[in-house]
Amino acid sequence: MINTEELLPEVREVERIIVRFAGDSGDGMQLTGDRFTSASALFGNDLATLPEFPAEIRAPAGTLAGVSAFQVHISDHDITTPGDAPNVLVTMNPAAMMAELPRLESGGTIIVNTDAFNERNLAKAGYEANPLEDGSLDGYSVITAPMTDLTKQVCKDLGVKPRDAERSKNFFALGLVSWLFSRPTDPSLHWIREKFAGRYAVIAANEAAFKAGHAFGETAELSASRLAVRPARFEPGTYTNINGNTALSWGLVAASQKAGIPIFLGSYPITPASDILHELAKHKNFGVRTLQAEDEIAAIGAALGASYGGHLGVTTTSGPGLALKGETLGLAVSLEVPLVVIDIQRGGPSTGLPTKTEAADLLMAHYGRHGEAPLPIVSANSPSDCFRAAYEAVRIAVRYRTPVILLSDGYLANGTEPWRLPSVEDLPEISVDFASSANALNEDGEEVFWPYIRNDDLARPWAVPGTEGLMHRIGGIEKEDGTGNISYDPENHGRMVAIRDERIKKVADSYPPTVVEGDADADVVIVSWGSTWGAITSAMGRMRRAGRKVARVHLTNVYPLPNDLGDILRRYDHVIVPEMNLGQLSKILRAEYLVDAKSICKVEGQPFTAAELHLKFQELTQ
Amino acid sequence: MTDVALTTKKDWTSDQEVRWCPGCGDYSILTAMQLLMPEIGTRREDTVFVSGIGCAARFPYYMNTYGLHAIHGRSPAIATGLAMARRDLDVWVVGGDGDMLSIGGNHLIHALRRNVDLTILLFNNQIYGLTKGQYSPTSEVGKVTKSTPMGSLDTPFNPISVALGAEASFVARTHDMDRAHMQEIFRRAHDHRGAAIVEVYQNCNVFNDGAFAALTKKDARAEMLIPLEHGKPVRFGPDGERGVILDDGVARIVSVAEVGVDALHIHDETAADLSVAFALSRLADDRESPTPIGVYCAVDRLEYGGGIDAQIAAAQADRGPGDLEELLHSLPTWEVT
Repeated sequence: MINTEELLPEVREVERIIVRFAGDSGDGMQLTGDRFTSASALFGNDLATLPEFPAEIRAPAGTLAGVSAFQVHISDHDITTPGDAPNVLVTMNPAAMMAELPRLESGGTIIVNTDAFNERNLAKAGYEANPLEDGSLDGYSVITAPMTDLTKQVCKDLGVKPRDAERSKNFFALGLVSWLFSRPTDPSLHWIREKFAGRYAVIAANEAAFKAGHAFGETAELSASRLAVRPARFEPGTYTNINGNTALSWGLVAASQKAGIPIFLGSYPITPASDILHELAKHKNFGVRTLQAEDEIAAIGAALGASYGGHLGVTTTSGPGLALKGETLGLAVSLEVPLVVIDIQRGGPSTGLPTKTEAADLLMAHYGRHGEAPLPIVSANSPSDCFRAAYEAVRIAVRYRTPVILLSDGYLANGTEPWRLPSVEDLPEISVDFASSANALNEDGEEVFWPYIRNDDLARPWAVPGTEGLMHRIGGIEKEDGTGNISYDPENHGRMVAIRDERIKKVADSYPPTVVEGDADADVVIVSWGSTWGAITSAMGRMRRAGRKVARVHLTNVYPLPNDLGDILRRYDHVIVPEMNLGQLSKILRAEYLVDAKSICKVEGQPFTAAELHLKFQELTQ
Repeated sequence: MTDVALTTKKDWTSDQEVRWCPGCGDYSILTAMQLLMPEIGTRREDTVFVSGIGCAARFPYYMNTYGLHAIHGRSPAIATGLAMARRDLDVWVVGGDGDMLSIGGNHLIHALRRNVDLTILLFNNQIYGLTKGQYSPTSEVGKVTKSTPMGSLDTPFNPISVALGAEASFVARTHDMDRAHMQEIFRRAHDHRGAAIVEVYQNCNVFNDGAFAALTKKDARAEMLIPLEHGKPVRFGPDGERGVILDDGVARIVSVAEVGVDALHIHDETAADLSVAFALSRLADDRESPTPIGVYCAVDRLEYGGGIDAQIAAAQADRGPGDLEELLHSLPTWEVT
């Protein structure tokens, strides 16, 4: 535990700070932000992060297109978003200044690497005059440091080449920011030694740069701006700082362990979903099999084949990949086998904004298949909630023998937050009952196995190859109810379509009652799904603190919708639906419940901020 | 394999009515398979037939085994997942030339190069049957069909060349007019560890009747089919009067009398370098010239699912079987009291 009494007396305590690190994509800003976040997490702050990077691996250096940024919101209380306007902006070059300054709060603090502000870089960024000299930053608190030069100087004595030394300048920035915000230094120094183990010159350079940055803060009389954020008051427990894709991967592993069936992941690399493939590939000791398939279609096909064989078939993708998987999803709906399909949504259509977030695949998840092909849809609220969502997707898939789509997005995938680790024993059971015996009598009175005889959930038996006596043939052609034999009979098709619809609707019978948060007696209810959860929670808090009553329902099972949702919605005069699309959930709510749902839409590759939502809520509920 | 009960053709025949056109070449392939299965010494419940779409893809319905009739072209991918997850099973994949080489071409080549433990039967009839008579990726140039009224312009695939180009470890060809040969080749393909592909010349008597008749008719076979036998000179003809030599890497048909027996190419199906097998595959570039049948290559290399299982075993030996508690604590943690 960190003793907060050790904070220096001149440090001003604040409840929360939002810091944004920005530089060229080669400047190591993601790493710097990530290290600052980890140090804050270990210090006990609540936090939320928003990494933003260009789609190009190395856009031309020094240009606006190449700016990479990482925003972290640290707080002494429970927070749910990476924050709106940053209080502090770290700019490693003019392009970062040009691109990011408009976000900074008025009067905020700017930390500048002055070495990068030369004529060439200024021109590349589109500056006609140096903003450090022309008075355009008046009104901000500007801290300047020749980071590149100072880093080179401290590295010179270590025998590190200037070119290599220059690469360490982000650690100078990290040291400086760590000092400003009274972060403990040990975690970062420890991390440098671990990360670069064996590469002594690199360790020495990075350590020296980090310490130089820290010392720079100490000696350059920057104490006026020195701030500290006390640890947040968390529920007792063990915490870790986790991003959405890691939490999601672990949720799958946990569910697979509980269910006692190994994971088979078929996946084709696609941003921002690839990290799930990387994470699961590391866990072969859990019996996880991963296949980097030749394409998106093969990825889901192989997962389906593994599910047919009794494994937990999973496929991961983003929007364009989900479009390619549509036909196989139709087969999975027809075959009625468990399958988990994960869509980490990104800006679309087409390549769109591959590294930016959006939540516009909801209608594709609902309807993006041929024929009447319903399937359950689960969504995640926050980075750590991806664990729960993955677990829930597996629960539904296994119990109801159906493909399930899990919707996450780029913001959740890469964003982090502290997560109280669940107790392994308390994770709900997932039972798998493979069929083992005949279940019907044929015309001759012989015991036979029919693959489409159903249980109370309307789920059919999961009869895996290798089981004696249960040999059967199934496929995508319409099957006769019960026997599973090919049937072109019109009435049978109508019955099977109705059964497939009914059996997915029955999934809602397994949900707990819907929670209405906030003021149950309000006249307005906010209905939402997915990663808008955090911003809405913050905005709602602002409304309620201002005396405006407001209720809220956040959906985690997006299809089938909860059985009690219609009654809940009809209790309110206003139904407001904020979404990172053009109103997809509100369309569904109107169609399903005939309520006058009003949308708040944002499709800009960025999550909602609490401030903009607060403003919209006020407008819509006047 | 222990104590596999004796079975007969009837045990391997499902209760479903076979619905191919009367006279279709698929019937003889099905019979060959149902007769072969009792001899292979495997259990019905451990056998799975996976197929895509097309006439050939109905095959699984007629075998009293597990069967998965999937979607067009995707059967090699679906079977890949099944075979990787369940190495205890015999996984067969059945499809036609459209299914395997057109819509599913990508999946086929990747299943072959990965060397997934699959036995793939490619029924080549050089036509689209189920969609009623369009040209296929193996149809000859100039083929007149409903979709090519002035003749097709597409250069066809040679399935054997495609498979060899895709690094397949077992490649063979047989035809629907010779049950014994089919059974021999199917058995060899089944016994091969890794991906085995067999091209079966199959007659579509409705839309492309007699496509291979010049080769497979009983009285033409000796003249037109070149049997490939491991370790033996490649020669054919009623009296073995013709043979194959390699001339600067190119396979050529010669008169044995002219070149002498010693000049003939000795077939080595185990050659890891597939270039000779490829050269042999180029002999069948039209339907009027002699064509090699039999096993082009049978190479031993790492079977994909076995490789994955070995990695899992190594990871477990190294780190122990997965421990969930340990996984959850694998990033830096802190306690709040």
